[in-house]
Amino acid sequence: MIGTMAIITGSLLILIGLWGLLSNKDIIRMIVGFSLFDVGIHIVMLSIGYINGGTAPIVEKLSDLGKTYVDPVPQALVLTAIVIGLGITAFMLTYAVNMYLKKGTLDIDKFEELKW
Amino acid sequence: MVKKGFILLMIVALGFMLWDFVGNYSSKTELADVSSHYVEQGPEELGAANVVTSVVVTYRGLDTLGEVTILFAAAAVVGLLLHLNRNENEQRREGSELLKTGTALLFPLILLFGVYVFINGHLTPGGGFQGGAIIASAVVLSVLSDPNKKAGHTALTVIESLSGLTYVLLGAAGAILAVNGFLDNRILPLGEYGSLLSAGLIPAIYSVVGLKVGSELSSVVISFKGDSKEEEV
Repeated sequence: MIGTMAIITGSLLILIGLWGLLSNKDIIRMIVGFSLFDVGIHIVMLSIGYINGGTAPIVEKLSDLGKTYVDPVPQALVLTAIVIGLGITAFMLTYAVNMYLKKGTLDIDKFEELKW
Repeated sequence: MVKKGFILLMIVALGFMLWDFVGNYSSKTELADVSSHYVEQGPEELGAANVVTSVVVTYRGLDTLGEVTILFAAAAVVGLLLHLNRNENEQRREGSELLKTGTALLFPLILLFGVYVFINGHLTPGGGFQGGAIIASAVVLSVLSDPNKKAGHTALTVIESLSGLTYVLLGAAGAILAVNGFLDNRILPLGEYGSLLSAGLIPAIYSVVGLKVGSELSSVVISFKGDSKEEEV
């Protein structure tokens, strides 16, 4: 149940993020869309690692070892993905700052050099 | 109009893919082989209560080293690109009295909390990356409250390089001293399960990662603020 809810939320966030990424002219809004997309993917990955009735994989006492825990591998992967996503977002924001300093606008349509 | 159609088409196509994926989803009832080894043997093998930490720091430690490297590259490139194009010493409006007083009170507390989070990474949810992000949030607060203050870029670079070097050296020590190779945490005694000084090298490695991530994210924040040309500590 929790897993299904998580995967639906994640999928919706991915779609909203893609929509925001494609339909906005403003670079900052595109970056926000990308971040939403990123968060959606993280939630979907976490939902794949969910085990029915499992708790967080923190074994307080060695005698707790037999209990049901959720999968730690997707969680570790998402931890990595969050950090990389943060690096990418910072990188994109840097480009946005530099583009604004060059042209004085953040409207993607004003950057004619990029058109094909 | 054509562009709108394309966007709609893309979203519908991705939605269709996800629909199939969501429709076939049912949460698993048991772990896959690797994961069940991590969960069932991990705590005894490595002495870390938090299994995610033992995966991140030891079992897949090499990946984490790569991740930290990518973060370093991102921070360096952000610093470089913003350095080239920054506006001259413009004066920024100072933070309000409330923000300044609040920062003076909260800054050390947030730093302390960050250190707590990364030192306890092997026992509680948390660890180097989370603790580093908390430390960087303290720096955000101080940048907001006093934007005209010159930032200590040199100090951040020194902390970052030293902790990165320590990370690699600790990993290499694992390769030399222990049986299981690079980044093995069992070159120190595992200690009493669940206590702060347990799980061998994991607290040391995660503290180093925390310092490194904290200083990298702080330097990203300070780069975004601008006027970082005249470095002083």
